[in-house]
Amino acid sequence: MEVNITINGSEHASDVEPRTLLVDHIRRTVGLTGTHVGCDTTSCGACTVLMDGKPVKACTVLAAQADGSEVTTVEGLKGADGLHPVQQAFTDDHGLQCGFCTPGMMLVGASLIAENPDPSDDDVRWAISGNLCRCTGYINIVKAIRTAAARVAESSNGS
Amino acid sequence: MFPSRFDLVVAQTVAEAVEAKVDAGEGGRFLAGGQSLIPMMKMRVAFPETLIDINRIGGLDAIERSNGHLQVGALVRHADVVASDSTFGAIAAAAPWVADPLVRNRGTMCGSVAHCDPEGDWNSVLLATGAEVIAHGPGGERSISIADFVDGAFTSTLGEDELVVGLRIPVPSGRSGGAYLKLERKIGDYATVAVASHLELDDSGGISTAGLALTSVNPINTKVADAEALLVGQQPSDELFAEAAELAAAAAEPRDDVRGTAAWKRQVVRTYTKRGLAAAAQQAEGS
Repeated sequence: MEVNITINGSEHASDVEPRTLLVDHIRRTVGLTGTHVGCDTTSCGACTVLMDGKPVKACTVLAAQADGSEVTTVEGLKGADGLHPVQQAFTDDHGLQCGFCTPGMMLVGASLIAENPDPSDDDVRWAISGNLCRCTGYINIVKAIRTAAARVAESSNGS
Repeated sequence: MFPSRFDLVVAQTVAEAVEAKVDAGEGGRFLAGGQSLIPMMKMRVAFPETLIDINRIGGLDAIERSNGHLQVGALVRHADVVASDSTFGAIAAAAPWVADPLVRNRGTMCGSVAHCDPEGDWNSVLLATGAEVIAHGPGGERSISIADFVDGAFTSTLGEDELVVGLRIPVPSGRSGGAYLKLERKIGDYATVAVASHLELDDSGGISTAGLALTSVNPINTKVADAEALLVGQQPSDELFAEAAELAAAAAEPRDDVRGTAAWKRQVVRTYTKRGLAAAAQQAEGS
């Protein structure tokens, strides 16, 4: 069946089997491999993408269900003026070890900051509670997301 | 992992969805959030021949109060319940503890109710508060009380070609309170034990309505009717709640498993019933 999904701002029309999962569509058909497949059982959140702005587990959404929606993957975080504040903060605060969970963590972080400009540690931990880091590097992930929020708030106050 | 092959029907109206289900027969399944069904299909526990996607049907995404009821449409996601200011008591308490934040963005309350997983949270909450499930089938619409709807593990009394289009939950008119206490190993895990409680008080502070239900300790979400009957007409007290907790513990038949021993789980039922009823009473007294 024909699906048309806007991924990181560009439209991708393709013919997919109904059983194609959104994560496989993004990785194999569209060729964006920053979205990872971890547990493949809705537990780990490595496959997180933003669907119409909300983080979802792309291993548990059919590509056909995303027809007509706007999807953001980790490749879409970077803007014209460089890295997204969350990406920069993960670099500065050492928010990753092996990096496997990082795309999902950063997308959840970006989505949280868009809704809550000043998240507490608890807010961040609650937001990432559907995403697992098997290196257990949560402390720096929380720190990085809060750093990003503070920088975004600072730059919007200054402008 | 990916599901076995199926045909996908994207329904635009409830009538179209029901018609597609009639056409598909036993091999047809409705798809809303898919947060239980898609994993089951990937593990080949479920292998429908036809999936009827209801996500494009308009008018099913509202959660609002109307005529003394909280009405929840079939496309209201758990996250919408968390965000709603129309909820109350045990419903508001349970919503943030369903699955995890990402699953809550897709999964629907009605889908979870229809799935009838005995480890699911919503059916216990609704058994405590009372609710009607609105089902739409080839013959039109009917409502089924939640106690009649929940029939067994993954089994409801929904007809073969009926779609759950919404829920009607009575909003207490007087002072009321509720709680949902859930013990889980980690966010997103099934409950090891959970207890839903709901109390309504009359003008003299006595209990006029009581609801108590248990998750994950029986092959079905369990309404503890004898404890409810004990509570009604009494003044709230720790002694009364301790007595109700004994009845709740007796109604639980948990099993030893990786989440804990049966004896320990029964003790958690006892403790959570006491705490949940006390919290519900406190909330009601302050309301």
